[in-house]
Amino acid sequence: MTRTPSAEPKESNRSPTRTGMRLIVPLQGIVQGRGGLILGSLIPCTLFYFLQFYLKRHRSPPQNPPSRSTSAANLSELPRSSSRANLLSRGSTGRAHVSARASSIAKPNASPYYIGLDRVREDPYDEMSNPDGVIQLGLSENRLSLDLIEEWLSRNCTDSILGVGGDALGLNGIATYQPMDGLMEFKVAMADFMTEAMGKTVSFDPSRVVVTSGATPALEILSFCLADHGNAFLVPAPYYPGFDRDIRWRAGVELIPVHCRSCDNFTLSITALEQAFNQARKRGQKVRGILISNPANPVGNMLNKDMLYDLLDFARERNIHIISDEIFAGSTYGNEEFVSMAEIADSEDADKDRVHIIYGLSKDFSIPGFRVGVIYSFNESVLAASRKLTRFSSVSTATQKLLVSMLSDKRFIQEYLKTNKQRIRSMYDLFVAGLRELGVECTKSSGGLYCWVDLSRLISPYNEKGELDLWDKLLNRAKINVTPGSACHCIEPGWFRFCFTTLNEKEIPVVMERMCKVVESCKPSV
Amino acid sequence: MAIKIIEQQQQPSVGLSRVAVSDTHGEDSPYFAGWKAYDQDPYDELTNPSGVIQMGLAENQVSFDLLEKYLEEHPEATNNGSSTAASGFRENALFQDYHGLQSFRKAMASFMEQIRGGRAKFSPDRIVITAGATAANELLTFILADPGDALLIPTPYYPGFDRDLRWRTGVNIVPVHCDSSNNFEITRQALESAYKEAESKNMRVRGVLITNPSNPLGATIKRAILEQVLEFATSKNIHLVSDEIYSGSAFSSGEFVSIAEILEARNYKDSERVHIVYSLSKDLGLPGFRVGTIYSYNDKVVTTARRMSSFTLISSQTQQLLASMLSDRKFTEMYIRTNRERLRQRYQMIVDGLKNAGIQCLEGNAGLFCWMNMSPILEKPNREQELALWELILHEVKLNISPGSSCHCSEPGWFRVCFANMSEKTLEVALTRIHHFMERRRVR
Repeated sequence: MTRTPSAEPKESNRSPTRTGMRLIVPLQGIVQGRGGLILGSLIPCTLFYFLQFYLKRHRSPPQNPPSRSTSAANLSELPRSSSRANLLSRGSTGRAHVSARASSIAKPNASPYYIGLDRVREDPYDEMSNPDGVIQLGLSENRLSLDLIEEWLSRNCTDSILGVGGDALGLNGIATYQPMDGLMEFKVAMADFMTEAMGKTVSFDPSRVVVTSGATPALEILSFCLADHGNAFLVPAPYYPGFDRDIRWRAGVELIPVHCRSCDNFTLSITALEQAFNQARKRGQKVRGILISNPANPVGNMLNKDMLYDLLDFARERNIHIISDEIFAGSTYGNEEFVSMAEIADSEDADKDRVHIIYGLSKDFSIPGFRVGVIYSFNESVLAASRKLTRFSSVSTATQKLLVSMLSDKRFIQEYLKTNKQRIRSMYDLFVAGLRELGVECTKSSGGLYCWVDLSRLISPYNEKGELDLWDKLLNRAKINVTPGSACHCIEPGWFRFCFTTLNEKEIPVVMERMCKVVESCKPSV
Repeated sequence: MAIKIIEQQQQPSVGLSRVAVSDTHGEDSPYFAGWKAYDQDPYDELTNPSGVIQMGLAENQVSFDLLEKYLEEHPEATNNGSSTAASGFRENALFQDYHGLQSFRKAMASFMEQIRGGRAKFSPDRIVITAGATAANELLTFILADPGDALLIPTPYYPGFDRDLRWRTGVNIVPVHCDSSNNFEITRQALESAYKEAESKNMRVRGVLITNPSNPLGATIKRAILEQVLEFATSKNIHLVSDEIYSGSAFSSGEFVSIAEILEARNYKDSERVHIVYSLSKDLGLPGFRVGTIYSYNDKVVTTARRMSSFTLISSQTQQLLASMLSDRKFTEMYIRTNRERLRQRYQMIVDGLKNAGIQCLEGNAGLFCWMNMSPILEKPNREQELALWELILHEVKLNISPGSSCHCSEPGWFRVCFANMSEKTLEVALTRIHHFMERRRVR
């Protein structure tokens, strides 16, 4: 079975060489005085056009985008070790060929997202030991409620994290080969957790749960199943930078941004979706689905029921899929109730086949390190294919067993979800109030672990460069790491994502004080 | 009924990708069909003594007790060195760095060194973690080859490669044919011939993938042959992937030669094309833990594999647990030694039992299975007869074994028989059944 080769050129020298040959011959004509005025003007114009074309095709591809599953990415140096081991460390970059796929991401990271994370790692803020360090606001991690889990562990797992109770250390049933898509009891536990996290408006069915090692592979597996290499998904923008990697990299599915604007509070409009779909069709690009995030990342707003129905109608009319990434569903803090795409699918009998949901425990349950993701689909064929593909991204049974005991404690889970939401809400209120005192506003949001901050008045010039200048000031002068909107494909410059769940309350004034300096220095002179 | 059909015609179902509908997952082949038969009628000493005995699953259960004992005696091993589960939790919970825990990589490097009797050194910084060897092999394929390219793999080989290396990657496998005339050893001729075959089909060969010790042969690859394969790869400027997942299951440490040793002996010349895959699923009998690694001597491959491993990370909790266990050198030394010895005994038991039944096996020295020669009793030396025999053994003798054709063996009549995924008693039952089966045939 062969796939159509990637659209990207395999060797960067091929295209211009062929183009070059086509130009050299007529050029000779001009040089020798033949061809005259027409060729004399046509050729330079054509050359210019080809030069633009060449430059466009070889502009470096989007750098390796931020990961849900990475916090360190700079591999420019492998640490050295002594004497004999040096021979081992001294590997070579070698002449043996590496695939086009590999080449595109082996380049060093220039992405602001990674640079920021590295700076935090090199110089992390600590109230006592490093009060001038960089404060991390660029990672959507939730540290607010880990103590609740620690408490539960103290009460229930006296000895070992491996398990609960007398048979805690028994390897029976966990060490041998198990279904790659998850233990049945774990699927039940996940289905129950999803039901609780999403407000019990939908009852999730364990037989539709496919377990993967994080939401990252869940999305990639779905991409492999729903679209062929070269097809496309429509994605409301700004969007989570990791999508570029999860969907485009190996599965080769293109992402067509559907731009949302501040005048609409960055809400998705069906008109914009229609336009994007039609334009794609004109270009000959086959759209296979829509990818929505709900609650949205980086904006933090939620899609209401009407919009979800409209989206399903839109998808039905064009016979395409809907992937709803609901990983932040349990991390809501606004007054709106979260509505899952599953609720819509449940109510519309005939159309479920096109609806698929992504979930995981990295955000709502604060355990990104445990690597737990879920594909939830209403399509039997997609489930069948996904289950087989989980062999490449499966979750350790030891981890599943531990989590089963935790997640089955219904009372604990309900308490956890409730308390967690309250804490996110308090942090959000404090954080937004702090920004407001500086004259800085955020988009109204109701979910996620971050807020979408408007610093557009402070950037100069009003474009991506201005935005990155401000990002740099924030990182290196104010020493706070935030995510610039350009990394999220936001069409309006000057917006930034600030994650506030890695902080504690005491640190908010510190952040605001540092922000203040930069804000003051950037205010346009009257 | 008719109404339903019309409705379906009006509402075209939403399409899926070629990857989703392809059968490259291979789960319709005999290799997996036998598993289904087993699932429907599994042997149990007490409740189902006439059920199908699973001898098609290469799982190691002979040394479980050693692991259980260790964990019982070292509960703190699982808690990040802290005394309780709670205190070790926070770091694990947030740790999702695709470099993997430093302590875990160190422990893996040390374990791999021990398995090779200290004859090769491994640097923790070249270790990339993946959720199992399956993922490691697929990841390497994505990195080393483009869609339409080819990997050369000596036959017979692990049936799972057809799925793991080809399905999503779009890469082809071109077999390097080996046969019983020289104990299925890889020859230069066979490599060259496979290379030419790929060329004739317009496929660019990107690498050779060997499994050492071999699955399904159950034998280690000799040093001279490894050197030859490396030389071949160098001469064609292609990669060499050595899947050493059974390295700890060689019956004696001295018999297994790793490609790492060869590289070290020649001061790492030409090493940038070599990559080793390892996993704890076989040697430690922990396939459920999903622990695999790629060890590459090529910096670019290490960097790229690390980033790509985002799709297949090992949970920090599992890394933590194994880091503690594998850095306990006293334990690992004892484990490796004992495991080898027990496997050797099992191997002896099955080979002797088969000999008594009149069946020869390839002389093996590693792995969780033996390579059994049933060609003498085939009615005709072809694939159909082999499959007919396989079905007979599955349904009459009630043993699920793996036919050589599913491993792409060019000679019909060979079967892989696993012996480590059951108790000694069960193995005896299986041998008795084979014995009776062969007797019945002789009488006829």
